[in-house]
Amino acid sequence: MRRVLVLGATSAIAQQVARLCAARGAELFLVARNEERLGAVADDLRVRGASVETAVADLDDAARHEDLLARAAPLDVVLLAYGVLGDARETGRDARAAEAVLRTDLLGPVALLTLAAQRLEAQRSGCIVALSSVAGDRGRASNPVYGAAKAGLTAFLSGLRNRLSRAGVRVVTVKPGFVDTPMTGRLPKNPLYASPERVARDVVRAIEGGADVVYTPWWWRWVMLAVRLVPERLFKRLSL
Amino acid sequence: MQPLESWGRYPKARQAAVSVHWRTDPLPRVHGSLLPFGQGRSYGDCCLNEGGTLLATSRLDRFIDFDPGRGVLRCEAGVRLGDILAFAVPRGFFLPVLPGTRFVSVGGAIANDIHGKNHFRAGTFGRHVLQLELLRSTGERTVCSPAENAELFAATVAGLGLTGLITWAELQLKPVQGPFIESETVPFRGLDEFFALDADSSQRFEYTVAWIDPRPRGLRGLYFRGDHSARAGKAPPPREPKGFPIDLPGFAVSGPAVAAFNALYYARGRLRTGRKLVRYAPFFFPLDAVGRWNRVYGSQGFLQFQCVVQDRAALGALLERIASSGLRSSLGVLKTFGDVASPGMLSFPRPGATVALDFPNRGAETFALVEALESIVRDAGGALYPAKDARMSPATFAAAYPRAGQFERQVDPAFSSSFWRRVRAA
Repeated sequence: MRRVLVLGATSAIAQQVARLCAARGAELFLVARNEERLGAVADDLRVRGASVETAVADLDDAARHEDLLARAAPLDVVLLAYGVLGDARETGRDARAAEAVLRTDLLGPVALLTLAAQRLEAQRSGCIVALSSVAGDRGRASNPVYGAAKAGLTAFLSGLRNRLSRAGVRVVTVKPGFVDTPMTGRLPKNPLYASPERVARDVVRAIEGGADVVYTPWWWRWVMLAVRLVPERLFKRLSL
Repeated sequence: MQPLESWGRYPKARQAAVSVHWRTDPLPRVHGSLLPFGQGRSYGDCCLNEGGTLLATSRLDRFIDFDPGRGVLRCEAGVRLGDILAFAVPRGFFLPVLPGTRFVSVGGAIANDIHGKNHFRAGTFGRHVLQLELLRSTGERTVCSPAENAELFAATVAGLGLTGLITWAELQLKPVQGPFIESETVPFRGLDEFFALDADSSQRFEYTVAWIDPRPRGLRGLYFRGDHSARAGKAPPPREPKGFPIDLPGFAVSGPAVAAFNALYYARGRLRTGRKLVRYAPFFFPLDAVGRWNRVYGSQGFLQFQCVVQDRAALGALLERIASSGLRSSLGVLKTFGDVASPGMLSFPRPGATVALDFPNRGAETFALVEALESIVRDAGGALYPAKDARMSPATFAAAYPRAGQFERQVDPAFSSSFWRRVRAA
């Protein structure tokens, strides 16, 4: 990886991925909404010796996408690492709140990756890595809207991979389980939680290796297989 | 996730915890008092806040600026010293003061004004802090240094996290040629031999420390001394250790088991006398090879006892009292402090000999021994180390820390700790 575009660079997982990329000598182009926090992340990477450019942008605003990609070019790795969990009680009764989650977690990423894919397809190289979630593997009562957004993203990435493989462009779907980040800050923690460092190591291994779909930690693959195999007749009565 | 308990795992406390993710964030609004919590490497209750909230700083782990010309590093308070070394050593710099583990945070190193094996030359960690930012519960951010807001700086260094949240600090590093230490191990018996070795070694070596085994048949120990080697070279940064997997049952640290361990350790040291070139990590942090080694003591935990006394007779009395108790200590450490002044109002290091020992928590038996040791120290005009303490009385604290009243005026009213409430109880 020579040049990495990090979308959502202040997310806990993205920060750790960026450190690992910096240690491998990659140039970084970081995008995030909050200028102060983005500055803190960029300064840290610069002190560690990385070459870093930054852009402050709200990625919900699709009008910004083309300009950002042009500035970040030439692209080598595109890491999409932003998203919101949403408050399930709020999205359960307020359609606008649900739409906002879908815009950030699905519509924005689809728009952005559509443009990124065109660029990579034209140059016939590169790698798109996006953080989806195990939550997209099956809808659950605890957060149906987030699950739907991630299911949509997972399906989109799968389709994109299918299309881009002919051009020699890789698409990696990363499905973390519970990760101890600000996103889950209000939820009670349990032993299933992984650290952002752990997830970041798996992300970088996926970029460097040949994986298409990565569960992190790895055992979520088997947990989610079991979850998907439960018949709907039974599943609808479970509290998960 | 790291468990929010102290390294000694005694006492246990119930408290809430909130992670601080950004140094620019305001303090969270919580019920009860606040206390910063770094890596949980202090032993007793100074990092605990029963009934309150801990501000976990492990995510404040970013570097901010590094000036290779002056060797000055500015970083967030949750950065671990080991991460600084991994960054600085390949660039030709080293931390001027290091404790026995690299898994402490910068904030914790300042808040406990930690010391190292070179106290007689470098003094405490706080002496190498050029400035720091303190976030108070009023929302005010105050940059403190020995020159600016000096009173608040002197309270915050060794301030046990009670003056507010340290968000970042600027540290003066020192130049080194490479990652190696020329180390030498010398076995000794008895305190006289220790003091003779120490007087000679502190003239010739930068780092000195002794491992001791106070036993009924007399004190024995291994004296370690070392200097930075002029040899350049690369050493891969030490790996994150594998965590000790389980809490061991009580008999694992019974008297005979510890005696056997100590005999083996001493014999091994005697076989490895003489000079050799080692990487910095095993020299400074031998225990870091095993993560969470405190689990060896089981879930009931252990008590650390660290004191400083000037009077050699009192030191002898302490070691005899320990030797004659049924409790053996496996990780005894003895070193001498120099007369470099400590910068904090509540700094522990002061001229004299300091001894640190750990005892498995067997309830009343252990408490009685620690209490007996405490009274020897108090009578000798010595001090106990808050970072290691779980039991000292308000009277012992007041006698050893005469500036506590001056310090108290700088305490943030929204901050408190289990330790502070204990030693300031009326």
